[in-house]
Amino acid sequence: MAQAQLPLDTPLSLPEHPKAWKWYDYFTFNVDHKVIGIQYLVTAFIFYLIGGLMAVAMRTELATANSDFIDPNLYNAFLTNHGTIMIFLWIVPAAIGGFGNYLVPLMVGARDMAFPRLNALAFWLNPPAGALLLASFLFGGAQAGWTSYPPLSTITATTAQSMWILAIVLVGTSSIMGSVNFIVTIWKMKVPSMRWDQLPLFCWATLATSLLALVSTPVLAAGLILLLFDINFGTSFFKPDAGGNVVIYQHLFWFYSHPAVYLMILPIFGIMSEVIPIHARKPIFGYWAIAYSSLAICCVGLFVWVHHMFTSGTPPWMRMFFTISTLIVAVPTGVKIFSWVATLWGGKIRLNSAMLFAIGLLSMFVLGGLSGVTLGTAPVDIHVHDTYYVVAHFHYVLFGGSVFGLYAGIYHWFPKMTGRLLNEPLGIAHFVLTLVGTNLTFLPMHELGLKGMPRRVAMYDPQFEPINVICTIGAFVLAFSVIPFLINVIWSWNKGKVAGDNPWGGLSLEWTTSSPPLIENWEVLPVVTKGPYDFGGIVHRPVMDEDDDEDE
Amino acid sequence: MQGTVESQETRGVIDHHHEHPDFRVLGLLVFLISESLMFGGLFAAYLLLRGLNEQWPPEGTEVELLVPTINTIILISSSFVIHYGDVAIKKDDVQGMRKWYWITAAMGLVFLAGQVYEYLNLGYGLRTNIFSNCFYVMTGFHGLHVLIGVLLILGVLWRSRRPGHYSAHQHTGVAMAEIYWHFVDVIWIILFTLLYILTRF
Repeated sequence: MAQAQLPLDTPLSLPEHPKAWKWYDYFTFNVDHKVIGIQYLVTAFIFYLIGGLMAVAMRTELATANSDFIDPNLYNAFLTNHGTIMIFLWIVPAAIGGFGNYLVPLMVGARDMAFPRLNALAFWLNPPAGALLLASFLFGGAQAGWTSYPPLSTITATTAQSMWILAIVLVGTSSIMGSVNFIVTIWKMKVPSMRWDQLPLFCWATLATSLLALVSTPVLAAGLILLLFDINFGTSFFKPDAGGNVVIYQHLFWFYSHPAVYLMILPIFGIMSEVIPIHARKPIFGYWAIAYSSLAICCVGLFVWVHHMFTSGTPPWMRMFFTISTLIVAVPTGVKIFSWVATLWGGKIRLNSAMLFAIGLLSMFVLGGLSGVTLGTAPVDIHVHDTYYVVAHFHYVLFGGSVFGLYAGIYHWFPKMTGRLLNEPLGIAHFVLTLVGTNLTFLPMHELGLKGMPRRVAMYDPQFEPINVICTIGAFVLAFSVIPFLINVIWSWNKGKVAGDNPWGGLSLEWTTSSPPLIENWEVLPVVTKGPYDFGGIVHRPVMDEDDDEDE
Repeated sequence: MQGTVESQETRGVIDHHHEHPDFRVLGLLVFLISESLMFGGLFAAYLLLRGLNEQWPPEGTEVELLVPTINTIILISSSFVIHYGDVAIKKDDVQGMRKWYWITAAMGLVFLAGQVYEYLNLGYGLRTNIFSNCFYVMTGFHGLHVLIGVLLILGVLWRSRRPGHYSAHQHTGVAMAEIYWHFVDVIWIILFTLLYILTRF
């Protein structure tokens, strides 16, 4: 209707769009998926720094066997909130909210997500949740660890614990809204010219992640609501003296929180499947194997949760069942790892920061996966349960896996998001510091755990002190590793080398638009003529620097 | 499809619409999967607690059957009533839709009133014992969903005051309120079975 007023010589009847957002648009209830993606990434990174400072405080405390740096109650609060923030406000929102929102519509050739306003709402639930967690320190901070098992959670720092529950319910709601959005967007909004086997693997991973979040998050919400009633309204769902049962909480909690591990790693696997072929200049090995293995992890991952509860009086048949199902998850995960290795094999590898982090992830995640397999078997798990072995394992998965992957993703798509390349020497320094720091911090923890040092405590047997000192030094290295990254991002965002539309010679649709992409992504929607990984064969020459990359 | 003179402009509008398609009904269905799992978690917790306790429900906290049975009949019938509203709007009969939706909203409110009446006359409260914990949290949580459903229906009624807001071809809001209402109804049937029928028989 409005178009009727346009002058007759208007070439296309598409409405006029402003070309770019202003800086202040990023602080508003903006419905553009790209703005929301950046909002997620930046907010999540701020929480990463906060959670990281908590970790540094804890490691400083643990440098000596006695409690001499911070008060043990504060230690507990840091412990609880470090885990909570890193999971719920850094990795999940950065991976799914940040990269998912930014990339999925660009990759499938859509102008936005299916429900843009719902998307903005989902993001804006995150800052209040984080504020609630931080404000809970005024009431002593939740003390019961990120798992918040009753009875500990029902008797310690109850106000702070209630705030913790509300914060988790908020981010959970956000996560469900996001999942609905991703599922409908990927399912329905591909450009018509894109076949399912041309869907980038990051989208497959996001789809699997969203399905998993959709069915598991509400169960956690149910458990937390019951816990909230127990704390505040005098019910006794989890109080054994009045007919309740604590193990029920553990079931409800882990039914979400084990899949949460996959929520944190599946999108990262998606990032890997984009970064590795593009920088190895080779078609991905086993497209369908990788796509289906995401869905397989999503399905099997729903039936492994009891391996966190082998010491909760679990009957033997259950231990048997869940040991087997846990080991089965290693199969689709292994399929991915081998596919990436096979993609790298004989490729023309560019060892830039993104690729370094991706290869770093491969090696770190294999270590985390192997310790995961040992932990998944009931006999070993019962021996090392609640020791530093577990801490070592999940930090190899979540730091060596997820965080490395997030960094790889940032180095890879930063040029698309800002139009400028990140500085390579700084990126390599960042990578080296991170890799050294990770192994210095977490590798010795395996030994601590096997020797029996319990996790979650501020004081420990002095015989463990020397190894703990190594871990603490590693934690400081990790803390310092963020500095070159921050300098790099801030400097490059303003002054970095101009990237152009397609600096890496990518074939997926996000590289067909400008950097940063227009509002509404394209003037005219692109047409898919080849798959996202069809490197080689017919020589593809993207517009890019000549000094780099000849396709074979 | 369109006349040739205005074709370019019209196509622009259609293309634009095509690139921002409306998937709200699908989105709601996907969301309801999530909602069912939330109730699923509560049901699972309830069944486990039931299995772990010797006597269920404990002495003195038996449920009452008369009012809840009437309530159940009202809620199930309301699902048929709201469907008549859907049939009406598909025939472009906005007034008919409004009539059926008013009746549904009223039935929902009667259900909620019955629930409150039941709470007030039970003789035990939320904190009495583990069964009453479950009973009040689960029915209360469901009641909250009924309230949301009623609000959705009232929202549809509010919007439908404007002529032409809903028509035979454009009534996503009407359809969504109906789907949600059916969902609330199904959850109630499971709840009624678990909490009432299976504790009395």
